[in-house]
Amino acid sequence: MLTYTFRRLLLSIPTLLFIAFVIFMLLELAPGDPMGQMPLTIPDEVKQRMREALGLGEPWYIRFGLWLYQFFVVEPQYWIDSAFGTNFADGKQRIISFQSRSPVFDTIAQRLPQTLWVVGMSYVVGVAIALPIGIISAYRQYSVFDQAGTFISMIGFSVPPFFSGVLVIVIFSVQLGWLPSIYDTTHQVVDWETFKFQLRQMIMPVMVLALQTTAQVSRYMRASMLDNLGQDYVRTARAKGMSESVVVLKHVVRNSMIPVVTVIALGLPAIFGGAIITEQIFKVNGLGQLLILALQGADIPMVMTITFLLAVLIVLMNLIADVLYGVLDPRIRYD
Amino acid sequence: MKLKTILMGAIATASVGSMAFADAHEGERGRDGEVRILYWQAPSILNPFLSGGTKDVEAASLILEPLMRFDETGELVPWLVEEVPTVENGGVSEDLTQITYKITPGITWSDGTPFTSEDVAFTYEYCTAEGGGCAQGSKFVGIDSVETPDEMTVVVNFSSATPYPYSAFNGAESPIIQAAQFAECLGPRAPECTDENFAPIGTGPFVVTDFRTNDVVELVANENFRDPNKPAFATVTLKGGGDATAAGRAVMETGEFDYAWNLQLAPDVIEQMEQGGMGVPVAGFGTLVERIMLNNTNPDPSLSAEERSVIRPHPYLGDPAVYNALSMAIDRPLLVEVGYGQAGRVTCNWVPAPEAYASTSMTCDTQDIEGARAMLDEAGYVDTDGDGIRETPDGVPMEMMFQSSTNDVRQDFQALIKEWWEQIGLSVELRNVDSSVFFGGDPGSPDTFQKFYADAEMYANNFPGTDPQAYLGNGLCDAAPRPATQWQGENIARFCMEEYDELHAELTQTADLAERGRIAKELNDMAVQNGMMIPLVDRGRLSAHANSLGGVVLNTWDSELWNVADWYRTGDNR
Amino acid sequence: MTDRDIHASADNLEVAGNPVAPIPAEKTRSQWRDVWDQFKTHKGAVLGLFFLVFITLFCVAGPWIWTVDPGALDVRNKDVRPIYTAIWDSNAKVNWARPMGTDNLGRDQMANLMQGGRISLAVGWTAMILAILIGTLIGVLAGYFRAIDGLLMRFTDLVLALPLLPLLLVMMLLFRDPLRASFGPEQGIFILVVTGIGITSWMQTARIVRGDVMAIKEREFVLAARSIGTPARRMITRHILPNVLSPIMVSATLGLAVAIITESALSFLGLGFPSDFPTWGKILNDSVPRMTRFPERVILPGMAISLTVLSVNYIGDGLRDALDPRIRGM
Repeated sequence: MLTYTFRRLLLSIPTLLFIAFVIFMLLELAPGDPMGQMPLTIPDEVKQRMREALGLGEPWYIRFGLWLYQFFVVEPQYWIDSAFGTNFADGKQRIISFQSRSPVFDTIAQRLPQTLWVVGMSYVVGVAIALPIGIISAYRQYSVFDQAGTFISMIGFSVPPFFSGVLVIVIFSVQLGWLPSIYDTTHQVVDWETFKFQLRQMIMPVMVLALQTTAQVSRYMRASMLDNLGQDYVRTARAKGMSESVVVLKHVVRNSMIPVVTVIALGLPAIFGGAIITEQIFKVNGLGQLLILALQGADIPMVMTITFLLAVLIVLMNLIADVLYGVLDPRIRYD
Repeated sequence: MKLKTILMGAIATASVGSMAFADAHEGERGRDGEVRILYWQAPSILNPFLSGGTKDVEAASLILEPLMRFDETGELVPWLVEEVPTVENGGVSEDLTQITYKITPGITWSDGTPFTSEDVAFTYEYCTAEGGGCAQGSKFVGIDSVETPDEMTVVVNFSSATPYPYSAFNGAESPIIQAAQFAECLGPRAPECTDENFAPIGTGPFVVTDFRTNDVVELVANENFRDPNKPAFATVTLKGGGDATAAGRAVMETGEFDYAWNLQLAPDVIEQMEQGGMGVPVAGFGTLVERIMLNNTNPDPSLSAEERSVIRPHPYLGDPAVYNALSMAIDRPLLVEVGYGQAGRVTCNWVPAPEAYASTSMTCDTQDIEGARAMLDEAGYVDTDGDGIRETPDGVPMEMMFQSSTNDVRQDFQALIKEWWEQIGLSVELRNVDSSVFFGGDPGSPDTFQKFYADAEMYANNFPGTDPQAYLGNGLCDAAPRPATQWQGENIARFCMEEYDELHAELTQTADLAERGRIAKELNDMAVQNGMMIPLVDRGRLSAHANSLGGVVLNTWDSELWNVADWYRTGDNR
Repeated sequence: MTDRDIHASADNLEVAGNPVAPIPAEKTRSQWRDVWDQFKTHKGAVLGLFFLVFITLFCVAGPWIWTVDPGALDVRNKDVRPIYTAIWDSNAKVNWARPMGTDNLGRDQMANLMQGGRISLAVGWTAMILAILIGTLIGVLAGYFRAIDGLLMRFTDLVLALPLLPLLLVMMLLFRDPLRASFGPEQGIFILVVTGIGITSWMQTARIVRGDVMAIKEREFVLAARSIGTPARRMITRHILPNVLSPIMVSATLGLAVAIITESALSFLGLGFPSDFPTWGKILNDSVPRMTRFPERVILPGMAISLTVLSVNYIGDGLRDALDPRIRGM
């Protein structure tokens, strides 16, 4: 397993470079113009000069090379500098966003807290609710609990957040006035009061997002459990006189985890991608909003950096999932 | 009726504002605590020279100020100078090649250093530096040099007679930046100055404390502001993001914010929000006109890339009978009612304001489907093959591709106009394109408004400031986008008329204001009557403020936040 | 579904209440007959099937009976409420000629829901089936044949990492005009939308199927089958696929919902259908700003989407139970 992991890690380097190349070419090919957001009152020759100032006059391979250099050399140097007070990165240009003309990584670091608070928390909540629901639903198939769980999770999944988000705002912010409809990204949690405020401003986006996660994970959990509950080994285990809880929680759940692990592993990178629509509705302004604004504004350095970081996470998470398969089911071998 | 109510409303707000000036709301600086402003497009940078986006320019206007601003009627008012220079008071030279500004003594930057003519000259240098990609470059075109005879005097020399000398250093798009702060940020170094671009030092009422790009700006009152009793608010939070609906809701229904910018929403939605009772919408009109551009070239997809939307003429749109019929078939008052309500009014003009330049020769507020049909019949556009679609005399079916950018109101307009044009016997296919692609200048995309691979397209445009000369230049033959110009150019309709070009040349040589007005009106009429466009709606700006926020004067000629120093908290918390 | 079937399934409802009750066995029964009998005992599945047939008929056959043009504007009769609002609000603006009301431009809601349903259902099913086919194929191949596992999974990683928006914009740039030229505006866009959604949503299915296949491949029965020399092709179709059916079913139901909703997002990018083509997702999205005044405009399309997804989910459950010989045998 260790050699496999090591081999996969090595292999992921050319994979990621190739992914970076494909993403760059895709962005190159896609219609879009950083000047598209500028008012029409700015004349075309001024826009042309602005494009040149952004470096868009250079051919694509130079810009791609520059991005690679900045991402893999300048940025790490800059971090070393700020950590140890050295000056490797002096005078070298970091990756700069077209829209804000500021270093891309600074903005990402600024956005990370609210994205983790909201999207990350919704994922934790969603999975924490989904696993028991999936297990109980499968164990008591067609019980009232199962029926209600199915009904709510499927409705929850098929109602898009652009509707459910606005619905909860209209109910809880406009009608009842209980919760704020606009997320305050500058809010600092320092004591109990501020923590309560943080909870109040988080609860709606977290719930809207968690509904989607819960629906998805619980459906896979339930289906997979059902497959396993009918297997011979379950009968054997019961026949051996093991208690129901051991049979279900230890044997069946463990054997049913493979699709669930896959779904969760696929979902984790998505946390860092943020939740575009939900972030926009509640004005959380996390990474999702950053990415969509960058896409709309054809902010290639920003899009490129965020999507590449996501690609790294995707490759890593899928590697972890593959390793976990082997842990969950030792019969799965890669060597 | 509706229009009247809102006008009354606007007057009422304005008078409350000016009354506030006079009495009641005087007091010490920072007495009213926090004001919370919501822009549904988040500002990404606070240096208007590096981004021309309205959101960035307006956010920066809290901090940076120009020498003169436009007030809500479009008149120039002195801001950092003593008076508006004119030929009469000697501020503008007789031959129109020089303008002299006298800076008001005693103005300081927020760091306490004095504001001098050097800063003005530096601003010119900054924006015209090679490799800086200054977004406001066009404001400085024609300037030969900026001289500073003394600390309080700025002399701008133009290379030729300039009848409108005010475009540089005036209005929210061309404010003054501090020479000391930006000295190291010239030209190609401009983007490296993140700290400077995110927290410029200004003369305005507020100072940045925290700027998060595309998210939120936090500001505090400027301790060195020239009026010791202003601003009334100690802090400003300018939050960005979301959409117009949510912004309107936060001000008028939940009352979480005090001011929401540019609510482009259907009138019934605004009306619904207003019932929330926490705030009121305010409307103001400028020069923005929603129009349908008619393609004066042939957009036939079977033509080669070099010829499509380049060669003339269009199979039928060049015929006065056709474009007049298309215009007659449109019920403009209904469009206003459906799409803009109090923030829109019917217009037949390309230049709807200011008054001196707005033509009054045309009317277009009644729909005449029958008349349009008769006009087409008479001109020989009849349905010869019985498929319900008219053909041109030489047998080309009148099928139109009608495109626009993606936007709720535009799609409603498209549906209505399609219906009317189909009633007069044309076939219409609709297309909507994501606005970042539509307005982006990517020459590789077939969907940009400049490429115009359609017969008609709808969007809105306006001009900065109050002088339409450059804007009317969008009708010149050689401004047409074509492959040779990488599809750049402002003459989207590819309108081309020799008389028009000649008359525009005359405008550039005319200094007399009345005469300029006459020529501009004639140019406007010439373009509209010869099939360049079908003007639809004069679009106002609609914003909303909380009932408890006083002093708001909506200004479409300058930044909406132009008079934020005069804003205050009223006791009214209904 | 015929009336008799409905009664038959209603008769079986009692039986379903007690899953262990033996189903009367006949001597000569085809496998599919067994499957159908088992399926009938699943209350939810039968109800789901019933609703799905109903909503499909409503959308497909509805416009033949309700011949109002969904695009016809009638601004004088805008904002008409559905007739049922008259029950509690006698002042409501209702009109018997507009049973489900009209929108802000006076377009008939019922006609729009029918027309929108046609497109949404067609897009949803086709895109979902496409995604499931690609996902299952790649998942099974990668899970079963170790030699191509690495390559296929790295490809999956690549597609997962691609930003959706530019990908769709590039697709539009490259293929919209050729497709429009050869299939006409409507068909061309349909193909583009379905392919766009299909090729960007198969990755999860592929990863899940692969994971399950890798585990099942090591089970004893597979070993047994292999030891008697079963060829790979047979192995996959007879032994592996039936055992990964349930996650595929879940992916399919979730995929249907995703496809219907994604379609509405696409039309905002200009990649979807032109704005005068209603779809459920688009009707829902357009109505959100007015949902407090006209709740029916979000409830009707929202329910149509949710109930369709719910019924497909129940049918999936029923099918899975019915196809599983262990449950069927009970």
